[in-house]
Amino acid sequence: MKAAVMPRRRWLKRALSVAGGFTLSACDRLGQSDRMGSTLDLADGWTYFTQRLLLGRHALAQEFSPKDISPEVRANGTTNPDTEEYNRLAQSNFVDWRLAVGGLVQRPLSLSLAELRCIPARIQITRHDCVEGWSYIGKWTGARLSALLALAQVKPGAKYVVFYCADTLELTLDGTGQYYESIDLIDAMHPQTILAYEMNDKPLPVAHGAPLRLRVERQLGYKMAKYITRIDVVDSLSGLGRGKGGYWEDRGYQWYAGI
Amino acid sequence: MRVADRVLTSGRIALYRHPLLVRIAHWINALCLPLLLMSGLQILNAHPALYWGEVSRFSRPLLAFGSGDALAFPGWITLPAWQDLAGGRRWHFAVAWIFTANALMYAAHALMSGRIQSTLLPTGAQMRNIGRSVQEHLRLQFPRGDDARQYNVLQKLSYLMVMFGILPLMVLTGLTMSPGLDAQQHILTAIWGGRQSARTIHFIMAMALVGFFLVHMVAVVAAGPLTELRSMVTGWFVIKPDRKELR
Repeated sequence: MKAAVMPRRRWLKRALSVAGGFTLSACDRLGQSDRMGSTLDLADGWTYFTQRLLLGRHALAQEFSPKDISPEVRANGTTNPDTEEYNRLAQSNFVDWRLAVGGLVQRPLSLSLAELRCIPARIQITRHDCVEGWSYIGKWTGARLSALLALAQVKPGAKYVVFYCADTLELTLDGTGQYYESIDLIDAMHPQTILAYEMNDKPLPVAHGAPLRLRVERQLGYKMAKYITRIDVVDSLSGLGRGKGGYWEDRGYQWYAGI
Repeated sequence: MRVADRVLTSGRIALYRHPLLVRIAHWINALCLPLLLMSGLQILNAHPALYWGEVSRFSRPLLAFGSGDALAFPGWITLPAWQDLAGGRRWHFAVAWIFTANALMYAAHALMSGRIQSTLLPTGAQMRNIGRSVQEHLRLQFPRGDDARQYNVLQKLSYLMVMFGILPLMVLTGLTMSPGLDAQQHILTAIWGGRQSARTIHFIMAMALVGFFLVHMVAVVAAGPLTELRSMVTGWFVIKPDRKELR
């Protein structure tokens, strides 16, 4: 009788440990499989849809008063592109720097910082939320993206605005390690979406994307491309980078980062 | 609606305790909550420090986990098991949708069926005897006979607190961390005193749920794991006769 009980108990123990190990590692394997990956994508699409439904086009991110500006700030990702060209431009305070605007526009542009400063600007004190979980409040001054796009005259069929950056975050053979980002036209036309050239009343520091960074106040920090060199208006994201619409998106992060 | 008791052998009675919808909701929770906890700890690993207020005072965290280069929360308790913030976020938000839909379904049922009144709210007599109930629980003595027909007062209070206190707090503080929703409803951050406070409350409530789970497990094992498990699967809860009646 005893002999019969022991194996059963041992069997039960083994079965339980296998089942326990399975459920956890199964999640990992599920997460890596294509089908589960696309199921999780489905949830991201649902989040985007719901937030667009709830948010409305014009809801403004909360703006704070000067006394709320954080004494401690942090910069993530590239904190200095450190290329020969970037260093040369930085040394002369970016007077030779140009922003190219192209793609689906009637009038492609090439603007200096001084010319960007002539575009209707907006000053806002807002909270910056990093995908890692931390936040700080900063004051941003910059050209309204909507005004810039009006100047360039967006062609019909345009869906996204893409931002190309001077920094390479990962060295790759095919160049997909270069930072880029994209937003839809709803966020591009939002009044708080600006191309910031000042932070806390000073020229944008190198760590925060000098000379120009994007502010998309209703999304997370990784959407707010730094060191912008070129802006393209496009109808599809599929041909860019690895096709997901941004450096971090190509590495598994959500394209819509309002959450 | 009321299903009649079944009389079993040796004085035991089976009563229909958990309607189907409650059982389904329970097991969806049992699946979702560990996934949410583990993917949540994965997300916390990206910046394992908590703050109070709107922003992060990096030099003065309220609470910081781990030290040096090691992960604050080890792989066996995170989802995915390796460091992967993007993966953790995708799991967390996908499961959060399922969890929230399930919770809304449960809440609608609980409100409309009158279950809160009939099953979850403690009676006046129960509240008056709460001291005795605490003593009995600490000795892991559970009621038998007619007393076992309804949830015990501590059970009722802890279920109410979890389902209508902690879990809604989890969802609301979670939503507050969304910069998109904050833009729509500035009051979201105002309620908690800032986004970082909401993040901290989210973590504390998660730990409260872990605490509830541990007590829940001890109680289930002490009260008879098979009876309890069977009732949450089939709906039928078997009560043993009162010891007095056996005498």
